[in-house]
Amino acid sequence: MTFSGYRRPDGSAGTRNYVGILSTVVCANEVADEISRRVGGTSVFLHQQGCCQTPVDIKRVNDALTGLGQNPNLASVLLVSLGCESTAVDEVSRNIAESGKRVELIVIQDTGGAARSVAEGVLIAQDMVQEASTMERVECPLSDIVLGLKCGSSDTTSGLAPNPALGVASDRLIAAGGTSILGEVTEFIGAEHILATHARTEAIGEEIIALVRRMEERAKSVGADIRGGQPTGGNIRGGLTTIEEKSLGAIAKGGFAPVEAVYEYGVRPGVTGLVVMDSPGREPEILTGLAAAGCTVIAFTTGRGAPQGFPFVPVIKITGNSVTWEKLHDHMDLSVTAVMEGTEDITGAGRRIFDEICAVASGRLTKAEISGYTKAMDIYTVGPVI
Amino acid sequence: MTTDALVIHEGDNVATALRDIEAGAVVTVGRGTTRHEMEIHEHIAYGHKFATRDIAKSELILKYGETIGRATSPIGQGTHAHIHNIESLRGRGDLEKGGMPA
Repeated sequence: MTFSGYRRPDGSAGTRNYVGILSTVVCANEVADEISRRVGGTSVFLHQQGCCQTPVDIKRVNDALTGLGQNPNLASVLLVSLGCESTAVDEVSRNIAESGKRVELIVIQDTGGAARSVAEGVLIAQDMVQEASTMERVECPLSDIVLGLKCGSSDTTSGLAPNPALGVASDRLIAAGGTSILGEVTEFIGAEHILATHARTEAIGEEIIALVRRMEERAKSVGADIRGGQPTGGNIRGGLTTIEEKSLGAIAKGGFAPVEAVYEYGVRPGVTGLVVMDSPGREPEILTGLAAAGCTVIAFTTGRGAPQGFPFVPVIKITGNSVTWEKLHDHMDLSVTAVMEGTEDITGAGRRIFDEICAVASGRLTKAEISGYTKAMDIYTVGPVI
Repeated sequence: MTTDALVIHEGDNVATALRDIEAGAVVTVGRGTTRHEMEIHEHIAYGHKFATRDIAKSELILKYGETIGRATSPIGQGTHAHIHNIESLRGRGDLEKGGMPA
């Protein structure tokens, strides 16, 4: 089986063909956003980081921006910098360019303010969009797809229908040679012993356990019960009682494929198959992490109805909650409510999700892309703002 | 035959409601292909859980055949099992250092 994608100079295949406008620091967001607003065919990534952070987090910001810039869904990249930030802008620019795509840079303090930077950025972006418009979709093997797995605004339907069905779809993609990335380590807490048994080797299983312990210790260090934060208030209203219950449902997204490797946040996998990536469960950070790791499609299951997409990676919304399917129809792409009603089995629902992933990879638009519900993103940091 | 609530694993002591259930209703609880009836004693909202047997204080709560927490008070069969009578055993920074509740 194949899909229609954009072949990139580094050999990867994109499912979209945007010119990426990436802000390198929170203080450049206004200019980056304005350039993108004025140039069709661009996609803007805004965030709150890039300055007054510890070296550990600055490195995360550099790596995340590099990964985002290298994402195969971007034909080329315009970086928008303020000029005085901690982000290593030149290094990020060079590293993105290593993937063979065009990279341009606007520095607001050098250009002479926001108005001039917007004007200059718009002209550059126009040229880049015209260049990108000549690229055509070509037949690509499914093994080129890197799928992000995500659940959000979960309730008890999530673990019963959409998550195990997504696991079936992920297993099918992996059988075709593709890659799936499972994050949300907070939502392994209480289920890590099961996920560890899926690991390819004992050492990888131990890495999973260690990742969960690190996340749990971080959460516990504030001296409070995490309930209310995990599971969230909405999860609790949806019937989820503890993080253990939420996690046991959440890990079903990974299916039954062996876990081949464990990576830090935003790192592009060096192997195919199912991999685990460190990340929290919250949307802005996990979606960014998946995109920075090279995901070209994200499948996102939801119980109560999470609307967020991502700027340049299609996010497919799947629900098993019939009330959400009806009430939030403008945000939902696929219903697996028939599983809840007992008229469809998990395998059948998984097959439909897999077909949707292939269709979206070939260009079918998701509700989040159509509605433009994609902007509130951020990069996951672990240290204080200083 | 329709089911009103679902038990996922043989050893579970809670079921998940597949519709809003009123107090006093006799519902069909399904697990795999098996079905049995049970009287529900209080309102259970869609997606929420009830005890499928009497659960003692401090007894572990099982769903998916796995521990999802522990009862903080007795939970009678057919009554609501949620945050008011179940505590998590994980991420408990409120408990003294060393982690797990005693």
